Amino acid sequence: MKLKLPNPGLEDRILSHQQLDKVEEEEAGDRPKWDNKAQYMLTCVGFCVGLGNVWRFPYLCQSHGGGAFMIPFLILLVLEGIPLLHLEFAIGQRLRRGSLGVWATIHPYLTGIGVASMCVSLTISLYYNTIIAWILWYLFNSFQETLPWSQCPMNANLTGIISECERSSPVDYFWYRETLNTTPSIEEDGGLQWWMLLCHVCAWSFLYICIIRGIETTGKAVYVTSTLPYVVLTVFLIRGLTLKGSFNGVKFLFTPDLSELAKPTTWLDAGAQVFYSFSLAFGGLISFSSYNSVHNNCEQDAVIISIINGFTSVYAATVIYTIIGFRATERFDNCLSGNIVALLNAFELAESDITDSSYDQVVQRLNETYPDVIQGLDLKTCNLDTFLSEGVEGTGLAFIVFTEAITKMPISPLWAVLFFIMLFCLGLSSMFGNIEGIIVPLQDLKVFPKTWPKEATTAVTCLICCAVGLIFLQGSGNYWLSLFDTYGGSIPLLVVAFCEMVSVVYIYGIDRFNDDIKFMIGHKPNFFWQATWRVISPLIMLFILVFYIITKVSEKLLYKAWDPESEKFPTLVEKTYPVWIYVIIFVLAGIPCIAIPFIAVWKCVKAKKNESVIRKGNSSRSMTLFCVFRFTVMNKLYDS
Amino acid sequence: MLGKIFFLLCLSSAWAEDLCSKAVPPEAYYVRLSIKTALGDKAYVWNDNEMFLFQATLAFAMRSQFSGQEYNVSNIVVCDETPRVSFWFVVTSLEDPSRLVSRGDVEQAVRKSRNRINSAFLLTDQTLEFIGITPTLAAPVAPNTPPWLIVFGVVMGAVFAGILVLLVLPLIQKKRKKNQPMEDEDSDEETQVKTAENGPERSGVYNMSFSDDDKFTQM
Repeated sequence: MKLKLPNPGLEDRILSHQQLDKVEEEEAGDRPKWDNKAQYMLTCVGFCVGLGNVWRFPYLCQSHGGGAFMIPFLILLVLEGIPLLHLEFAIGQRLRRGSLGVWATIHPYLTGIGVASMCVSLTISLYYNTIIAWILWYLFNSFQETLPWSQCPMNANLTGIISECERSSPVDYFWYRETLNTTPSIEEDGGLQWWMLLCHVCAWSFLYICIIRGIETTGKAVYVTSTLPYVVLTVFLIRGLTLKGSFNGVKFLFTPDLSELAKPTTWLDAGAQVFYSFSLAFGGLISFSSYNSVHNNCEQDAVIISIINGFTSVYAATVIYTIIGFRATERFDNCLSGNIVALLNAFELAESDITDSSYDQVVQRLNETYPDVIQGLDLKTCNLDTFLSEGVEGTGLAFIVFTEAITKMPISPLWAVLFFIMLFCLGLSSMFGNIEGIIVPLQDLKVFPKTWPKEATTAVTCLICCAVGLIFLQGSGNYWLSLFDTYGGSIPLLVVAFCEMVSVVYIYGIDRFNDDIKFMIGHKPNFFWQATWRVISPLIMLFILVFYIITKVSEKLLYKAWDPESEKFPTLVEKTYPVWIYVIIFVLAGIPCIAIPFIAVWKCVKAKKNESVIRKGNSSRSMTLFCVFRFTVMNKLYDS
Repeated sequence: MLGKIFFLLCLSSAWAEDLCSKAVPPEAYYVRLSIKTALGDKAYVWNDNEMFLFQATLAFAMRSQFSGQEYNVSNIVVCDETPRVSFWFVVTSLEDPSRLVSRGDVEQAVRKSRNRINSAFLLTDQTLEFIGITPTLAAPVAPNTPPWLIVFGVVMGAVFAGILVLLVLPLIQKKRKKNQPMEDEDSDEETQVKTAENGPERSGVYNMSFSDDDKFTQM
C-alpha cells in the first residue's frame, strides 16, 4: 500500500526523461555546469565538512561516553544522513532546479519549503561569516614571534599586569577583551569594534571573490579550501602525537562508557549532529547536484560523501584530543608542581623529598602531623580528567583552549597560522553552500532583474549580508551570535528536512522517484533506500524535532556572559535574556517554519481566484469565438 | 697589626654566631633557591663553597652599589640554612659590625646586580628568590604599527586586486571579440551558407523557452 497525495499537473511542470536526454545531448540548457566530477565532489565535501566537525563532534564524543558515542553516531549516519543526502542529490539532479524551483515544481503549494530553506541559509550565513572574521583576526595576529595571547599586557602606569587578565588568563583576556571587547550583558551593545569591522569586510570580500561567478569560480576555489584542512590535520596529528600527554587525550576521547547508550539525550545529540553535519535542508546541496549531468551516479556520491564526512569527524576529533591531552597534562603538571613548591616552602624540605609520584603519600603524612598548616596552604586539587573535560566545544575550543595549547608548543606562530588557515578553509567552503542556498532562490523568485550579470547579483547579496552582519561586531555581538546559532539554525532546519522527505515520497510519489533514479543511474534503488525514505528517516526526523522542541521550550532561556564585575569571575555568569529577545527568537525560528503552511495557503487562495477568473473568461471567450465564426461564415456565404 | 685583624675577625664571627641565635632582625632578607627545579639533572649540590660564592656575590653587589665602600665576605652574615636551601642574611656595616645595613640599601644593591647574582648560580628570578624584592618586569615590546594590520593590508590588497581582475577581464575579452569579427566577415559568410545546407538534416534544436517558463498557473 503506497500512500500518494493527488498531484495533478506534475507532468507539465517537469521535463520528461526523453527531454532530459535531449537537453543533455545538445547541451542546449543555459544552466551552469561543473567542469569535472572532482569539483562537484570537493564542493559537496567542503560544504558538509565544516567547523562543526572540528569543534562540536569531539566534544559530543567525549561527553557522551567516548568510543561508545560512535555507535549511535554511525547508526544514525546510515539511517538518517545517507538517505536524506541521496534524496537531495537525486531530486536536484532530476528536476534540475535550485531548492526553491524544485519544491515549486513538485507542487506550487510547496514553495514555502524553498522559502524556509532560503531564510535559514540567510540566518546562518549572517553569523557564520562573523566566525570567519574572528578566525581571520586570530590569523592576522599569528604572524608575530610572541603570540599576543601568550602574555598579559601591562596596565596604564606600567606597575603590573592588567587586573582582568591577571584574574583570568592571557588567552581568555585576548578573546573576550582584545577580540570581542565583550559587554557584560546583551542589553549593552558596546558600539562597533573597528578592528572586527576590518576583518568582517575582509571575510566578505574573500567570499565574494570566490563566488563572484557562481560555481565557475567556486569550483576553482574548492581545490584549495576543501583539501587544505586535511593536510593541516595530518600535520597536527604528527605534531600532536609527539607531544607529552597526547595519548591521555586520545584515551579519554575514545574510552567507551556503554551506560551512556541508555540515555535518550545521547541518541538525540547524535541524530542532531549527523543532521547538522551534513548541511541538509539548506538548499545548497540540491543546487549543486542540479548542475550535474543527468546520468551522474548520485547514489554513489551520497555514500562516498557520507563516509568522508564521518571519517573527517573522527579524524578531527583524534587530532584535537591529542592537543587537548597535551594541554591538560601540562596544566596538571603545573598544578602539581605548584602544590609541591608550596609544601616544600612551608616545611623547608629539600627539593628531592617530594616528587610527582610521592606527592599523595607525603600530603597524607603531613596532613596527619600538621593539619593546620596544610589547611592554611589551600592546596589545589589536581585532577587530569577535570582538565581534559574543560570547556572544549565551540569557539571556546578554538580560541581559548587550542590557542593556549599552541603557545606551549615550540615554534608557536607556525602552528597558530596553520590552525587558523585550516579553520578559515573549513568555514569558507561551508559558506559557499550557504550562499548558494540564498542566491539561487532569490534568482528563482526573480528578485534581481534578468539584465543584471551574475557578478552584480552576488555583489548585492554580499553587501546586504555584510551590512546586516554588523550586529555581530558590537560589544554584545557574541551573545547575538549564540542566539542566532541556537534558535535560527536548529528547529527550522529540522522542520524543512521533515517536509522535504514527506514531499518527495508522498507528493512527488515514491514510484515516480524510483523510476527517475532508475533512468538516471541505471538501477532501481534497493530495499534499504525504500525503507529509509518511506518510514525510517521521516520517523527519526520527527522524533528529533519533537524532542528538540520539548527540550528547548522547557529550558529557561539563559546565556553565559563574561562579566569582570561578577563574583564568579572568570567563570562565565548565566544571565536571563530580556523580554524583547523572545520576539527575535520568534522571528528566527518561527517565521521560516510558519512560512511553509502560510505560503501553501496563500498559493491555494491565489489559484482558486485565478480559476474563477479563467472560468468566467472561458465562457466569454467561447462566446466571442462563436460570434467571430458565425460572422466569417456568414460573410463567406454572402460573398459567394 | 696582625693581632688586631685577627681579633676583629674573631669578634665578627662570634658576632655572627650571636646574630644567628637571636630572633630574625628587621633588616634581614629571606632567600630561597630552587636549584633542582631550575636545572633538573644538571643541578649542583649546595654546600659551603656555594654559600661562600653567595656571600661573595652579595658583597660584590654591595660594592657596586656603594662605590668606595669595600664590603667583604665577612660582612654578609647568613643564618638558618635549611635542606630546602633557604636562609636569611643581613649585611653588617663596614664601620661598626654590630650595626646592620638598612633594608632599603640592601634592596637597591640586590636589584642593581640581580642579573649577575642570578647568573653566578645559573638561576632565574623565579628560582633564586629574595622574599620582599619583587623582580622588575620587562617592559613590553610594542611595535609602532600592530603587525596584524600589515598582514590585513596585504591580504585585502590581494583580494581587491583579484576582484578587479575578475570583473575587468571579461570586458576586455568582449572588446577583443568585437574587433575580430570585423576582419573575418568574408570567411564567416561562407560558413553560414554551409550550415544552412546542413540544416534540414537535423531534427530540430530543442527550444528551452517553453520548459523553463513559470508553469504555476494552469490553463
